[in-house]
Amino acid sequence: MKRSWPIGIGVLGTFTIVLDFICRHHAHAKSWWHITPAFDLVYGFTGCVGIVLLAKWLGVAWLQRGEDYYEDEVR
Amino acid sequence: MSHPHPAFILFIVAFVVALTRGRLRQTVLVVGTGLTLAALLQLDTDTVWRVSTPRYTLHLLQVDRLSHVFGLIFSLITCIGVLYALHLKRSGEPVATLVYAGAALGVVFAGDWLTLFVFWELMAVASLFVVWYGNSARSWAAGFRYLLVHIFGGSLLLFGILLYLADGGDIALHPLTMAPDVSPAAFWLILLGVAINAAVPPLHAWLTDAYPEASVTGSVFLSAFTTKTAVYVLIRLFPGADVLLWAGVVMTLYGVVYAVLENDLRRLLAYHIISQVGYMVAGVGMGTAMALNGTIAHAFCHILYKALLFMGVGAVIQATGKRKLTELSGIGQAMPGVMLLYMIGAFSISGVPLFNGFISKSMVISAAAEAHLPIAEILLVLASVGTFLSIGLKLPYFTFFGPDRGLQPQPIPPNMVLAMSVGAFLCIALGVFPGLLYARLPFGATYHPYTTDHVVSALQLLLGTGLGFWLVLGKLGGKATISVDTDWLYRKPLTSALSALIVSAQRIGATLEQKRIVALEAVTPYIQNPFLVLQRIGFTPSRISLSQHDGVTSQTPNHTAYDENTYRLPIGVTVFWIVVFFACMALYTL
Repeated sequence: MKRSWPIGIGVLGTFTIVLDFICRHHAHAKSWWHITPAFDLVYGFTGCVGIVLLAKWLGVAWLQRGEDYYEDEVR
Repeated sequence: MSHPHPAFILFIVAFVVALTRGRLRQTVLVVGTGLTLAALLQLDTDTVWRVSTPRYTLHLLQVDRLSHVFGLIFSLITCIGVLYALHLKRSGEPVATLVYAGAALGVVFAGDWLTLFVFWELMAVASLFVVWYGNSARSWAAGFRYLLVHIFGGSLLLFGILLYLADGGDIALHPLTMAPDVSPAAFWLILLGVAINAAVPPLHAWLTDAYPEASVTGSVFLSAFTTKTAVYVLIRLFPGADVLLWAGVVMTLYGVVYAVLENDLRRLLAYHIISQVGYMVAGVGMGTAMALNGTIAHAFCHILYKALLFMGVGAVIQATGKRKLTELSGIGQAMPGVMLLYMIGAFSISGVPLFNGFISKSMVISAAAEAHLPIAEILLVLASVGTFLSIGLKLPYFTFFGPDRGLQPQPIPPNMVLAMSVGAFLCIALGVFPGLLYARLPFGATYHPYTTDHVVSALQLLLGTGLGFWLVLGKLGGKATISVDTDWLYRKPLTSALSALIVSAQRIGATLEQKRIVALEAVTPYIQNPFLVLQRIGFTPSRISLSQHDGVTSQTPNHTAYDENTYRLPIGVTVFWIVVFFACMALYTL
């Protein structure tokens, strides 16, 4: 899984970028990201990494506690 | 009675189920829920049941296209959920879930405030019992907190309704955002009351607290009704309220972020309920025809795939007895069917083309674009990334794939697999034939999901997320922790304050008791010997002796210690004086 995963994504991603150039309609584009090729690939990647980093930071800095933090759970 | 109210059919079925057992009960469950679905399909729009009371005309059943589509999905999911729970032998849970479903139908078809409120509260009570049927100490505690929050929410709602009616509002339901005669107090109270049920943060913690503690079969029902009924009421009453747009966007991201940290399988799914309901709330806030259609379609699809996800995860929990990511791994080989069905649900929620999430989520996002709300649109897309990450990648990776831990899953009852298959079939069917759902949407906006634009965007987003997942995989392993959410406010400070009060009250009581004993010990000698006071002061009484040894009464001052028997008179003296007293009384009264 470790190697085949990014390779597979790379292949499919290239295919979608090709589709992008062929098929993206600029007719009813409301914002710049509707017409930027490969935008969603980049957004998906950075968004995913960003969400995980943000969540982990929030967890460590503030939110996460031990499982018996609320004593009423331990019975 | 050509148009029976589906809710009342479910109540009757619940009553019969309560009285039956075994095969008969199972037959009643399947047939009864099937009849409800059939009855619902029979209802024309514009059916109305009116009940006139001296002051108001109540609309117990009011069918229009909006309530019909919600009624349809509610009855459908009741059939599926009942099928999933068919193996329960002696539990009273089916009764509670049927009443819960019936009450939800009652809210959907209510045409006036009073009917709405009565069924709303009935839903809360029934769902409370569904939580309690989880049958563990944690379910008890979570149920009590659930009850507290829903009492609070119900009170807000009632307060708002009463204010509205007192101001001269109409008993029939009309959108409050367009009514000129709504006072701000009534508007906000009703909105808050409904928002609590819709699990809008910060009032959402009851959902992630209680839903994982219900039984495996109960969670399926819980995931379907309360929040979606609230969404229905929001569509009915608050279309276009701007606050809902931003509340919804925040909700989508809030749920996604918490889900990344979550270790408990069902709590992870519960956070995603909040996230997906955020799309619906945002859609209501946008208020355009496409947005509202998108909201309804999303609610319809969400009920189906969320139930499928809960069913899949429930099957894993049932088979292994484990509910946390840190305890599970490599189940996929032993439970391939469940894994496949779960992945269908996961693809649906992630918006993979050909599954039903794609046809609804993209409608809401497109509606945001059409309504010139680019910030909202881009944030909703971000939430979609997070959804695929947690449910489509993280959860399956740590549950189904990965090294086999040698967990020996027990076989699961076939009705569970059958129910999941029905759900999965519907998810795919709607994904491939979106027209089936779109035809039932009430607002007149058309949308075509399968354009190259949409499909290519969706695929790219998923691929990008997949690559990101591969990169941060190391950070995603669940830790055996819990995350503190807004329920901390009434769980930590309140319980600490209460224990502090109780302990200090006990301490005060103990101290007072000690002091009482000390005081008593000090005072007792003076009670025994009243003259002790005088002695202490320094004055010693003389001792009068009645003995006549010498024939002479002598008074000799004596400094011996007081003996309380010295001055005791014979009882005859007392009797004598009592008789004298009564003689005087008799003489006085006669």
